[in-house]
Amino acid sequence: MAPYESDDAVGAARDEDTRSGRRKAARYAVPVAVVGVAAATIGLVPALADSGDPDLPKISAQQLIEKIAKSDVQQLSGTVKISTDLGLPNLGGLENGLLSGSGQGSGDGSSADPQAKLTELVSGTHTLRVAADGPDRQKLSLLESGAEYSLIHDGKDVWGYDSKSNQVYHSTAAGPGKDRTAEPPATPKDFADEALKSVDDTTSVTVDGTAQVAGRDAYKLLIKPKQSGTTVGAISIAVDAKTGQPLKFTLTPKSGGAAVVDAGFTQVSFARPAASTFDFTPPKGAKVTEEKDAAKEPRHTPKHGEDLAEGLNGLNVLGKGWTSIAAFDTGAEGGLPTGSQGGDLGGFLGSLGDQVSGKFGKGTVFSTRLVNALITDDGKVYAGAVTKDALVKAADAGK
Amino acid sequence: MSRADALRPEGVRRRSPLWTLGLLGSELAVTVRRWRTLALLGVLAAVPVLIGIAVRIETRDGAPVGGGNGEGPAFITQITNNGLFLVFTALAATLPFFLPLVVGVVAGDAIAGEAGAGTLRYLLVAPAGRTRLLLTKYATVMAFCLLATMVVTVSALLVGALLFPLGELTTISGTRIGFTEGLGRALLIALVVAASLVGIAALGLFVSTLTNSGIAAMATTVGLLITVQIVDQIPQLHAVQPYLFSHYWLSFADLMRDPVYWDDLVKNLGLQGLYAAVFGSAAWARFTAKDINA
Repeated sequence: MAPYESDDAVGAARDEDTRSGRRKAARYAVPVAVVGVAAATIGLVPALADSGDPDLPKISAQQLIEKIAKSDVQQLSGTVKISTDLGLPNLGGLENGLLSGSGQGSGDGSSADPQAKLTELVSGTHTLRVAADGPDRQKLSLLESGAEYSLIHDGKDVWGYDSKSNQVYHSTAAGPGKDRTAEPPATPKDFADEALKSVDDTTSVTVDGTAQVAGRDAYKLLIKPKQSGTTVGAISIAVDAKTGQPLKFTLTPKSGGAAVVDAGFTQVSFARPAASTFDFTPPKGAKVTEEKDAAKEPRHTPKHGEDLAEGLNGLNVLGKGWTSIAAFDTGAEGGLPTGSQGGDLGGFLGSLGDQVSGKFGKGTVFSTRLVNALITDDGKVYAGAVTKDALVKAADAGK
Repeated sequence: MSRADALRPEGVRRRSPLWTLGLLGSELAVTVRRWRTLALLGVLAAVPVLIGIAVRIETRDGAPVGGGNGEGPAFITQITNNGLFLVFTALAATLPFFLPLVVGVVAGDAIAGEAGAGTLRYLLVAPAGRTRLLLTKYATVMAFCLLATMVVTVSALLVGALLFPLGELTTISGTRIGFTEGLGRALLIALVVAASLVGIAALGLFVSTLTNSGIAAMATTVGLLITVQIVDQIPQLHAVQPYLFSHYWLSFADLMRDPVYWDDLVKNLGLQGLYAAVFGSAAWARFTAKDINA
C-alpha cells in the first residue's frame, strides 16, 4: 500500500513492492479457498450421504413379487422425479401440440384436460407430486416453472386444474376407483404394475441387491427379457422393504446409454396427507370445462409397446412377450406421403425415417430408443419395442 | 489503521458500533437521494401499474387473460381471481431484468463511482478502515435490494387492491388459503426475491473495486447479467446452468405451492450465499490491497 512513489526511493520501493505484492496476492487466497470449499462440499456431501446399500434379509424374486402384489399402501404423499428419453427429435412445443391432439390451440379443447396435459410426460424430466388417501382421494400434480397442473380425485369428482392458463376440467367418475385406471402411468407403482404384467416364461426375474431410495431401504427387482429381437435391455424396480411399495422404476434400452424411463420417489411419506390437499373449488374467473360424454373418457396414453397395443382399436398383435408387434392397416393406399406426393411435410417426415425394403415391398422405419415403427407403402403399420430387423421379418410374414 | 486505533481515545472507541450505523445511514441516504436512483425506483413502481391496468382492460368483458393460453409472466391469469397475485406477477416480470439492472447500477457505482468522483480518498481519511467501508457499502447495496423489491411489492399490492377483488385465494396447487396467509406468503416471496439479488450485488461490488470509472463498472455488471441470462437459455450449456446466479430466480413461485416445494428455493438461497462469499471476499482482497489515488 504505497500510494505515492518518488524517484529517490525507487530502490526501497521495489523491495517493498515485492513484499506487499505477495501480501496482496495472498488475500486472493480467501475467495479461491471459498470456491474450493464450495466445490468440495458439492462433490463430497452426496458421496458422504450415500451410506452404501442397506443390509436387508435375503428374499427370493417370487417373494418380492408377492410383496408388491400384497402391498396395500392407502396413504401416501411424496415427490416423484420422472425422466423419459425416447430419443425422439426435440420439437419443443410442436411435439406437445402433435401429441396432445386436441391441444391448446383448438377452440373447444381445454388446456386442463388431463389427457392433453399428461402426454407432456412423454419427453424430458418432470417433477410430480402424488398424494393418496384411500381409493377415493388422490392427487397428482405436475410441477412446472411458476405454475402447476393438478389432477384431483375426490369422491365422485375429478378435477383438473391448470394454474398457468387458469382453466379447470371437471368430470364425474361413475364409481370409486374407476378413474384411477384412466390416468396415464406416472408413478413408479404404475410402471411397476405394467412391467409385472409382462412377467412370464420369456422373462428372467432376479433380486439384484438392495438400494436406498428417498431415504428408505429397498430391494431391487431386475426384470430382463430372455428373447432376442427386443429393444428393451432391462427393467429395474426398487421396492420398499417395509411396505412393498415400488419406489423407483428404471427401463434401460438394449442399446445402452441413459434410461428410457426413469421414475422414482425423491421424497416419500406414508402418513395421511392433509385433508385440504384434496379439496378443490374452481377459483373465481377460471374457465371450467365439463367433460361432455362418457365416451370421451381419457384413455391410457400409449407409452411403450404393450400400452400401444391396448390403446388402439382394431389391431393385431403379432408374437408374444417382449417381441410382440402391433400391426394395423391404415387403409391409406400409398402409405406415408413421402417425397413429391405429400409436399413439404411428407418430405420432412420421410427424412426422419429410414427407407427399408423386403419381401413385403417398401416402407419407412421410424426409430426411437425404445419403440420402432415400420410404415409400409401399402399403408400397413408395424410397431413394437423390437429391432428394425424384427419389424421387417414381421412384415414379410404378414405378406 | 492499527496506529490510528492505538492513538484513538477510549471514549471514541466505545461509540464505534453506532458510528458504523451512522456510516451506513449516510451511505443509504446518499444512494437513495440520487435522482438516478429515484428514477429507477419510479420505473420499478410503474411496472405493476402497467400490468394491472392492462389486465383490467383486457378482462373488462370477462375474457380470460392472454386468450386463455397461459402466456406471459407467471401468475398473470390468476390476477382476476385475487389482486394479491399482481404482487407475484409483478415480481416475476421484474426479477429477470429490471430488478437486477437497478441493483447492478447501484452496486457498480458503489466504489467505482466514489473513485471516479474523487471522493473515495476522503471517505478513507475517516478512521473507518477499508474493510469496514466495504462492508458498509455492501450492506447499503443489500438494503437497496430489499428497498427495490419492496417498491415493486407495495406498488403491486396497492394497484391489486384497487383494481381487483381480494380475499381467499387459490394456490397454484389448487388448494385454498386465507387472505392473511396469502399476504404472509407475499411478504415471504418479496424477501426471497430480495435475497435472490444478493449474488449480483456481490458481483457488482467486486467489479466496482476493479475500476475507477462508475460507468464502466455499471456497464460490466449489467453486461454480465445479460450474458448469464443468455447462457441460462442455451440448452447445450445445461451443465453450467445450475451454477449461474440467475438459474433459480423464478423458484420463488414454489412458495405458492401447497405444500411449499423447498428444493429449488434452498438451492437458490445457497447459490446466492456462495456468490456473496466468493465475490465479497474477492472484493475485499482487491479493495484492501488497492492503490487509492482518486
